Amino acid sequence: MIKALAEGLSVTLKHMFKKRNTVQYPEQRREYSPRFRGRHKLNRHEDGSEKCVGCYLCAVVCPSKCIELQAAENENGKRYAEWYEIQMGRCIFCGFCVEACPVEALDMTPFYEMSCYSREGLIYEKKDLLVPMPEKKEVGSK
Amino acid sequence: MTEFIIIMLVKMIVIFGAVMGTMTYITLAERKILGYMQIRPGPNRVGPWGLLQPIADGIKLFLKEDIIPDHASKAVFVIAPAMALIPAVMTIAVVPFGPEMTVFGRKVTAYMADVNIGLLYIFSVSSMGVYGIVLAGWASESKYSLLGGLRSSAQMISYELSMGFAVVGVLMMSQSLSMVKIIEAQKGVWFIIPQFFGFVIYIIAAIAELNRTPFDLPEGESELVSGYFTEYSSMKYAMFMLAEYINIITVSGIVTTLYLGGWHSFFIPLPPLVWFMIKLLAVVFFMIWVRATYPRFRYDQLMTFGWKVLLPASILNILFTPLFMKIFGYL
Repeated sequence: MIKALAEGLSVTLKHMFKKRNTVQYPEQRREYSPRFRGRHKLNRHEDGSEKCVGCYLCAVVCPSKCIELQAAENENGKRYAEWYEIQMGRCIFCGFCVEACPVEALDMTPFYEMSCYSREGLIYEKKDLLVPMPEKKEVGSK
Repeated sequence: MTEFIIIMLVKMIVIFGAVMGTMTYITLAERKILGYMQIRPGPNRVGPWGLLQPIADGIKLFLKEDIIPDHASKAVFVIAPAMALIPAVMTIAVVPFGPEMTVFGRKVTAYMADVNIGLLYIFSVSSMGVYGIVLAGWASESKYSLLGGLRSSAQMISYELSMGFAVVGVLMMSQSLSMVKIIEAQKGVWFIIPQFFGFVIYIIAAIAELNRTPFDLPEGESELVSGYFTEYSSMKYAMFMLAEYINIITVSGIVTTLYLGGWHSFFIPLPPLVWFMIKLLAVVFFMIWVRATYPRFRYDQLMTFGWKVLLPASILNILFTPLFMKIFGYL
């Protein structure tokens, strides 16, 4: 019994001099892999036009029903999303929408700092999602 | 006469201030060491290395709302924290931090008083701290507080016995109850060597007396929220914490005095006061270390251990000490 007690003490003493793994968050940040499922982004073609064709597949596959959009046709007869909204407050970042997208219009970024002071701030519209993505969503932009 | 009073007042302020200062920083040291032992940095946001954390904690506690529960017995509820704190502060009076020394041409002792019944005084005063705890538990009118208070008093009474018996060995060897005489008796060999058995019993019982891990079930968070001070907030809560940490210092001081040779130096010649503080802080570190290591006892295990293991062991210690003294020529 005494041996076991002494062993316990030696373990804690050894731990005292170990390297600490704590990441001092606001000053230090972890490097996430490019595959990290963070904030969404809507891609563009090389000529700058939007890739999204408004097929609704992302909205259908979404388990938490947080994607809403309205498809429309432009003057060339090409379908596009008239408006596109993701409710980040409801999103579970499962990435199904990205998998479902047939034209690779939707992607996820390693960006994860999305906290804000109002619920409206969590609704991301097309202008917040389209590349080039704004650094931070302007709060109350609705 | 006036000189005596002035010297006493100055000593009072200095010792009280030093103990309070040490106490606040022991809270930080505890959190820091616990953190390091759990491979995390501990508090490090307030000031460099978290050095201002205790001050921030103090300010926070001062500014908190002081809540007295509706059904609480108000007078007792208010008195209880003071009853826990006052005995804690009173015991410091006889802890001998250092020998007689000359300050500004006057001979001054680094302790408040050398009472010829010092150890007895400490035991009697410190056991009064139980009243604060029991009354706090009873007056809060909350089942968690009551259970915490009951457990705490049962625990303190059971371990007080083995603690008192463990000390008898030291008393036999030093032939005195005075804290200063006990230290002087350790000039050659510290009592930790001939009284190692008693030392182990004493330190276990002392940790139990302080309600610290692994004997901290009076405030077992998982079943009793935080025991007898569940209903306390603001400065009343702070007073319980103060009492707890001052008791840690006192107990460490007693262990240093009784077993670790008090202010006697060990190879490296440093001022006696420094040596006393080093030993005291080493004991404090040991208590924090134990807290980081062991899980909590169950209530029946605690009682079994106290009455069936520690108490017989301390009685055996009393029986064998004279034998030992006879063999090694102390008598």
